[in-house]
Amino acid sequence: MPDQTLVEVAGLSKRFGDVEVLKHVDLAVRAGEKLAVIGPSGSGKTTLLRCIAHLEKPSAGHVTIAGERVGSKLADGRVVEMSDREIARIRTGIGMVFQRFNLFPHLTALENILLGPLKVLRMPREQAEPIALGLLAKVGLAHKRDAYPERLSGGQQQRVAIARSLAMQPKLMLFDEATSALDPELVGEVLNVIRQLAREGMTMLIVTHEMQFAEDVADRIIVMDHGSIVDEGPPHELFRSPSHPRTQAFLRAVLERQAMATSSAA
Amino acid sequence: MSPDPWIRAYDLLPEMLAVLLTGAVTTVEVTVGGFVLAVLFGLLFAVLQTVPARPARVLAGLYVEVFRGVPVLTQLFVLYFGLAEFGIRLHPLTAAVLGFGLNGGAYLTEVFRAGIGAVHQGQLEAAFMIGMTRLMGLRHVVLPQAIRVVLPPLGNFAVGLLKDTSLASAVAAPELAFRARTLVDQTYLSTQVYLLSAAIYLAMSLPLAHLTRRLEVRMGRGNP
Repeated sequence: MPDQTLVEVAGLSKRFGDVEVLKHVDLAVRAGEKLAVIGPSGSGKTTLLRCIAHLEKPSAGHVTIAGERVGSKLADGRVVEMSDREIARIRTGIGMVFQRFNLFPHLTALENILLGPLKVLRMPREQAEPIALGLLAKVGLAHKRDAYPERLSGGQQQRVAIARSLAMQPKLMLFDEATSALDPELVGEVLNVIRQLAREGMTMLIVTHEMQFAEDVADRIIVMDHGSIVDEGPPHELFRSPSHPRTQAFLRAVLERQAMATSSAA
Repeated sequence: MSPDPWIRAYDLLPEMLAVLLTGAVTTVEVTVGGFVLAVLFGLLFAVLQTVPARPARVLAGLYVEVFRGVPVLTQLFVLYFGLAEFGIRLHPLTAAVLGFGLNGGAYLTEVFRAGIGAVHQGQLEAAFMIGMTRLMGLRHVVLPQAIRVVLPPLGNFAVGLLKDTSLASAVAAPELAFRARTLVDQTYLSTQVYLLSAAIYLAMSLPLAHLTRRLEVRMGRGNP
């Protein structure tokens, strides 16, 4: 079934104290789909991603991945909390790439990638190492296998972080502003790795400020504002002829900022 | 009349040294035992404090307050004399190791908690996202980083503990201070014996302090 839903978000709300960051969000992502999430800062994009990974506990609603509820389950007709172990098992199927990379600083690039396969999947080292080395080569960093994160550039760290996620063979990859913390000249190398993953058919949710990239790589784009999805559609429609006023305003602001950046750089 | 005490001390030096060094070995045993136990208790309760479940955190908080709030000498008395009232007779060394372990554990709980707190929250989240449970994340990701932060206070604690074990003489644990007092009772050479025991304490604590500093420098410098 080509249109199989991999991720389903139903009535998802999240509040931090008095602030409602997500307001009853519904969303379905098909297996193999590349979904870009755009919108102004504070619109709830990152929180949506974090709720899908269950790094945040939803205040209401729920997330289903491959037919399985994340964080809670039905037992005897009642909804009960999942144990730490059950949530961890579900998370092995989800890769997440963070804005701040979050590589493990006490481990080399190779060891960062190996940690999950060795400790979580309990793979023997002689089986895990070729896989890890293959992933390092895939992100173009085979020569950095023994480098510690502090010796790597931001772009290299982020590529190792992507390889670390891939080592768990996830069904779904979440990118949380993966290039926002990078110097402009390092953005391209990370985007290229993500593009390659997209071509290989990985299902992904990409929160990004790179509009050109979103347009290139995504099958569908959703626009968030104030905790709700205000617009969605295929990239060419959304960018060429944005119908929703919020989308128009957001795109205009982004274009102005880019124009300013270009003119000040010139 | 007896000869000059310094000359007597010089004559008795081999015997006195033998007795004191036997005590020094016990001192090292109590220190190492107490240290290991304190690290284990400290780790256990520091990790309990990070658990979301409230009872675990309350228990850990209670442990710290009780064992940090009572002087270690009093704790040794309770363990050695107090428990004996209820028929639990601990060996002096057992009481000493347990006492220093429990007391030091309360102190180290706070040290480890600070160390864990110094590791960025994103590290644990990254561990979660490669499928680790909280415990695995702590063990493989957070604690190896926290250990660098806690190394200086851990070293201070070890040096302090080495000296504090002299309190174990109060429950008749035959460590260095206890041997020294026995020796004074037998020879009346108080100045000489205590000076000698002071020298032995220094000979143990100075290398320990030095080792701690070396370790700190090595771990602080880049990566292991």
